[in-house]
Amino acid sequence: MQGSTIDPAKTALNYHHETEAAAHHEEHPDHRLFGLLVFLGAESMIFAGLFLAYLTFRVVAPVWPPEGTPERELLVPGINTLILISSSFVIHQADVAVKKNNVNGLRTWFLATAVMGAIFLAGQVYEYNNLEFGLKTNLYASTFYVLTGFHGLHVFLGLCLILAVLWRSRNKEHYSGEHHFGVEAAELYWHFVDVIWIVLFFLLYIL
Amino acid sequence: MTQAEWQSTTTPTTEGAIPGQRKWQDYFTFNTDHKVIGIQYLVTSFIFYMIGGALATAIRTELATPESDLVSPELYNNLLTVHGTVMIFLWIIPAGSGLANYLIPLMVGARDMAFPKMNALAFWMVPPAGLALIGSFFLEAPQAGWTSYPPLSLMTGKVGEGIWIFTLLVLGTSSILGAINFFVTILRMRVPSMGINDMPLFCWSMLAASALILIGTPVLAGALILLAFDLLAGTAFFNPTGGGDPIVYQHMFWFYSHPAVYIMILPLFGAISDILPVHARKPIFGYRAIAYSSLAISFLGLIVWAHHMFTSGTPAWLRMFFMITTMVIAVPTGIKVFGWLATIWGGKIQLNSAMLFAMGFISMFVIGGISGVMVAAVPFDIHVHDTYFIVAHLHYVLFGGSVFGIYSAIYHWFPKMTGRMMNEPLGIVHFVLTFIGMNLTFMPMHELGLLGMNRRIALYDPKFATLNLVCTIGTYILAVSTLPFLANAGWSWISGKKAGNNPWRALTFEWMTTSPPAIENFEQLPVLTSGPYDYGLSKRNPQMEPEESRSNVEAPPGFIPPEEARAGSPEP
Repeated sequence: MQGSTIDPAKTALNYHHETEAAAHHEEHPDHRLFGLLVFLGAESMIFAGLFLAYLTFRVVAPVWPPEGTPERELLVPGINTLILISSSFVIHQADVAVKKNNVNGLRTWFLATAVMGAIFLAGQVYEYNNLEFGLKTNLYASTFYVLTGFHGLHVFLGLCLILAVLWRSRNKEHYSGEHHFGVEAAELYWHFVDVIWIVLFFLLYIL
Repeated sequence: MTQAEWQSTTTPTTEGAIPGQRKWQDYFTFNTDHKVIGIQYLVTSFIFYMIGGALATAIRTELATPESDLVSPELYNNLLTVHGTVMIFLWIIPAGSGLANYLIPLMVGARDMAFPKMNALAFWMVPPAGLALIGSFFLEAPQAGWTSYPPLSLMTGKVGEGIWIFTLLVLGTSSILGAINFFVTILRMRVPSMGINDMPLFCWSMLAASALILIGTPVLAGALILLAFDLLAGTAFFNPTGGGDPIVYQHMFWFYSHPAVYIMILPLFGAISDILPVHARKPIFGYRAIAYSSLAISFLGLIVWAHHMFTSGTPAWLRMFFMITTMVIAVPTGIKVFGWLATIWGGKIQLNSAMLFAMGFISMFVIGGISGVMVAAVPFDIHVHDTYFIVAHLHYVLFGGSVFGIYSAIYHWFPKMTGRMMNEPLGIVHFVLTFIGMNLTFMPMHELGLLGMNRRIALYDPKFATLNLVCTIGTYILAVSTLPFLANAGWSWISGKKAGNNPWRALTFEWMTTSPPAIENFEQLPVLTSGPYDYGLSKRNPQMEPEESRSNVEAPPGFIPPEEARAGSPEP
């Protein structure tokens, strides 16, 4: 290979490190957080694709929303948005707590987030039940249900992650200041779901 | 240099039950060892390749005569759809994943992938999805083509189309999970002595291909979800009668499926870049140019998709944009091709099966690449769109490119995977038959396309009959060409000549362990002492043979040998 050298000093040092590590059967370094970020990057591409499809439908259509689409109520989704956004701050407190080895704090804040997530989902179900259009009414209605439904599925998954962390944290030893990947993963996923909702809310309700 | 001189491989392999080797049962169960998964991928995808090949043979037999006499037009559509889907999603993409699974951890000096369980999960999604697709023949096979454009795909049978969507969603998920693993392993799990510019080129190309999978596949999933709603729930996202827009599906589909072409070819670009220097006993020409051109292809590959849609009512300014980006992508690809040619130029070439297939790869891929530049031009494409010219082009890229590359990689890494050499005469017979069969099958299709024969039809004008018969004969040769390979692989696996650790005297890490490698790959993690391609460079490669450093080409005036050129330029 051209254009690079191998520093002999560095190599020797690494060799030494390597032999020692092999002798102790080195502990595997943790790549899970990086892996999760890559996964969320891929996941956000599904939403990007769906959002762009929605925008294209919107731009191409002569009238948007198509004629006869009933007015939407903004109160429930507005409250829902506020709940979801503030839940991101709530779940961050859990992260702060666990980094200080405060497992009880972690449990409290995660429970609060789970309740807020459940309220969000209940709010969405309530909204679905009170809408005057169905999945097949027109193109706007279809995109509305598929986008919010697909996001709702992600909220549900995030809620499951939070509940799983709560379940595991019954054992006080499970999470500590040093070992709390599960907490970080659930938190990161929750923030992701939150950010997606903000874009979604803007596209579907405000724009 | 003999294998024994490699420090890191001091333990000799013993006969019989080798300690540290997997039991045969492990290859049939959920196993997290990347080498087991790699072989599972390769064998599974090869089985699907033979199924796809059987479908292709049926298609060509039908097309031997202008009348629709062997199969009904509906069955012809089924064959065509499943052939395309199987070859792309169940053969070339998983075969690339198989090579990547087997090679990446070995090449970067890791003991396994970053996420072994997820890796096994990704593999085990492939067989059920594939069986569902093949099994659809007993229920109702999809018949809207591998592109499945609506509204056609919404009108040709719910069951078949539903199975097709299900298959693709599962395979897409599998592909994404695999790509996360490749991406993280390459970026985070190299031995400390290996900088990113010391990686074997296969890792570079897999990095680029994984990025494409991670960006593109989710968008296809989005399109398929909407298509599934149209099909099963009666929405009208892509159905013009309900106010939807089928063009949106085409954009979303090709946003993945054009990069998919690079997902299918980039792993083999990487494999070829690793194979050529070994068998030409020369350093790769332009390591960084080849490495970074993979990234350039990856980036450009994301902004060329609408060249599949020149005749879909795409506005002129947009066609212009996509025409230019498509032509620009020939530049990084050309950089690679010239890099490979310069690598073998003046090399001490060993014309073994791996090298023959590698050189076949370059020559066939260049033909496909050049016809690619032709169809990138809007005025030309409008005439050949949906004709056999496109069929010829895509098969030169995917068969002459990807399949030749996979064969080359198998011949090259078979000794590492099994510990045994493949039979060379049989390998050469395989190459000759494949090369003749492929050109006989696909070369006349250029002519057929230019004469105006449409693709995807069971019946055609009798004036095309002669050339079609030639194509069909070529297909039979191709079908037969698989036999020497199967015999060779099967026989060599059981009782081939023992390969030793490093039969090709290669310098990359995978050759610095036993063949096949032990469960955690390395007795002791290897240390980088030379670059991956320092063949014939005495300063950096202590095991160099003096024979290799001698040039056997007359230097043109003004030519500076690489050795001196490097000495003259300050190294970073």
